[in-house]
Amino acid sequence: MAEKKAVILRTENLQAFYVLEMQGTKKVVRAVNGVNLEIYENEIYGIAGESGCGKTTLLKTLFNEITPPLRLIDGKIYYRINSDEVDVTSLSAEENRKLRMEYISYIPQGSMSVFNPVLKIKGTFEDFIGSHVNGRSREEILKLAHKRILDLGLPQNVLDVYPHQLSGGMRQRVTIALAASLNPRIMIGDEPTTALDVVVQRGVIQMLKEIQQNLKNTIILVTHDMGVHANVADRIGIMYAGKIVEEAPTEKIFAEPVHPYTQFLINSLPKFGDKTMRDSVPGSPPSLADVPTGCPFHPRCPHVKDICRQKMPDFSQVDENHKVACWLVEEGERHG
Amino acid sequence: MDKLLEVNNLTKRYSQGSLIARITLTAVDNISFYIKPAEIFTLAGESGCGKTTTAKIILGFEEATSGAIYHNGKLHTRKEKAWITEGVQAIFQDPFSTFNPLRTVDSYFHETVRNYRLASTKQEAIDRIDQKLRLVGLTYQEFAGKYPNEFSGGQLQRISIARALLTDPKLIIADEPVSMVDASLRMSIVNLFKQLRDELGVSILYITHDLATAYYVSDRIAIMFRGNIVEMGTVEQVLMNPRHPYSRLLRDSIPQADPTKRWTTTVTLAELEQQEYLRQGCRFAGRCPDVMDICKGVVPVDIHIDDVLVKCHKYSDTLVAEQAVASDS
Repeated sequence: MAEKKAVILRTENLQAFYVLEMQGTKKVVRAVNGVNLEIYENEIYGIAGESGCGKTTLLKTLFNEITPPLRLIDGKIYYRINSDEVDVTSLSAEENRKLRMEYISYIPQGSMSVFNPVLKIKGTFEDFIGSHVNGRSREEILKLAHKRILDLGLPQNVLDVYPHQLSGGMRQRVTIALAASLNPRIMIGDEPTTALDVVVQRGVIQMLKEIQQNLKNTIILVTHDMGVHANVADRIGIMYAGKIVEEAPTEKIFAEPVHPYTQFLINSLPKFGDKTMRDSVPGSPPSLADVPTGCPFHPRCPHVKDICRQKMPDFSQVDENHKVACWLVEEGERHG
Repeated sequence: MDKLLEVNNLTKRYSQGSLIARITLTAVDNISFYIKPAEIFTLAGESGCGKTTTAKIILGFEEATSGAIYHNGKLHTRKEKAWITEGVQAIFQDPFSTFNPLRTVDSYFHETVRNYRLASTKQEAIDRIDQKLRLVGLTYQEFAGKYPNEFSGGQLQRISIARALLTDPKLIIADEPVSMVDASLRMSIVNLFKQLRDELGVSILYITHDLATAYYVSDRIAIMFRGNIVEMGTVEQVLMNPRHPYSRLLRDSIPQADPTKRWTTTVTLAELEQQEYLRQGCRFAGRCPDVMDICKGVVPVDIHIDDVLVKCHKYSDTLVAEQAVASDS
């Protein structure tokens, strides 16, 4: 990257835990555990990791939807709104609500639960848009919805049907159209294509990319499917046990993964035309209620050393925009 | 015996709607295939293509409208319970709904051992269970007395494979066995299938929408579309050189984990699923990039090119040539 890109969303040592109290015993689930992110304007940032690594909780936190039992323990989240950096954790509920849809919007995985099953699709559009845009008539809102639907190449009559009449893929595309309807600067997608068929998934991804190119906004995309990341993301962060362990531009992550976990993640994927033996990541993901000491990956890591069991490594720069948290790199640099 | 399982002209129709506006959907439309001993055969396709219905009919959960299924050359009818004990077992998609959350996982194993009289003493039963668990990389000690929620999805799926192995089956029918398992742990299941085939000579009917693992693990593959098998042959031929336009679309739509191979073309998505089922002629004609006039009216026939079966009008020239040769001789 030649010019420095403008940061639109930034977190500082973000820690969000689920604190559960049952019959006097306290259980702490460290879902987001010290995450530092800098996400730029006009990019698609992918977050990858196994299920139960805290991806969804990180998204919720970035969306500033922190409700008990999830608690913000430490850290700050900044959005850049009209060239001012705003600490959103200090905003009131009303100010926060105003940001939704117009500044930041959310695309969930299960699109069936987005739409009111007893309203036609246009009813849901009216509800959503009407509650965020003041002083517009019903006609204006409907016109806006129509325009959005047409722009994205969806059939016009989808507004006049009930949610159950749409196929899963169409429903997901309508959900995305709804999330994009007020031209938000940031869109957050939580596994938006996971439950879909491959051809439909390709259509939905195509649409997401199109929206991003038209609006020049930021999409933060969470999915465990490295194939999807390879296709859409500009940069990828690899998440493990509540921490980002490696971050780099997409081409670099796939060509030269550095962290042993990333290497496993990428090398375990089967490829066409290559039938050589591939292995899974050994072991299973740790419970976030009982994270191993030191580097959380050490019980599954083939290159484990004593220091890995004791201390979490800091980020080291592999090069300008590629950073990784692993003792192998840190030690290598020290000795080399 | 050359064919462990043979499916001949299998058809399943469902009726939908009220008495007046009744429509009939053909979920499985006259399909035929066979599975050889020690072979992994894949049925691939998108949701609603009829692959699960096919599996259900083979397992006897549904009755076919017409067609026949042969197991070791013997005709299989739905009422013969013996069929199951003769060595066909199933693995399903969601390992968490396979096991009752309020029962320990080992109780399922002991129940199977009792039902099939596989052991005469408790110790013998434990030995047998332990032996099967070791095949999937677990031991009796680490699993006895535990409930399903104490295992991860990948572990639980391996446990359900071990349970299927208890009766020493010759055929395992695996319906989307990896789609609920994390991508990073998928290979442990798929590698297990390879191992079962190579070491125990078990055949597997692998039903999936994931063509990448299908390519990695299977010997032969059939691509299904709206109830039809549109292309069938070895994975090398079908996936590396897809002939049917739908197989090509399906293959090209798999997101490849390689940022240098991003999609450059765009796709058209289906109208309503039902419309495709009810379509005259080739059911893919509405979306096919190579569509011809004939496709919209005439159902294509099966054409054999280099041991690959293709159901497409594009290759009808080959058919004419074949028939000419046949009539000459």
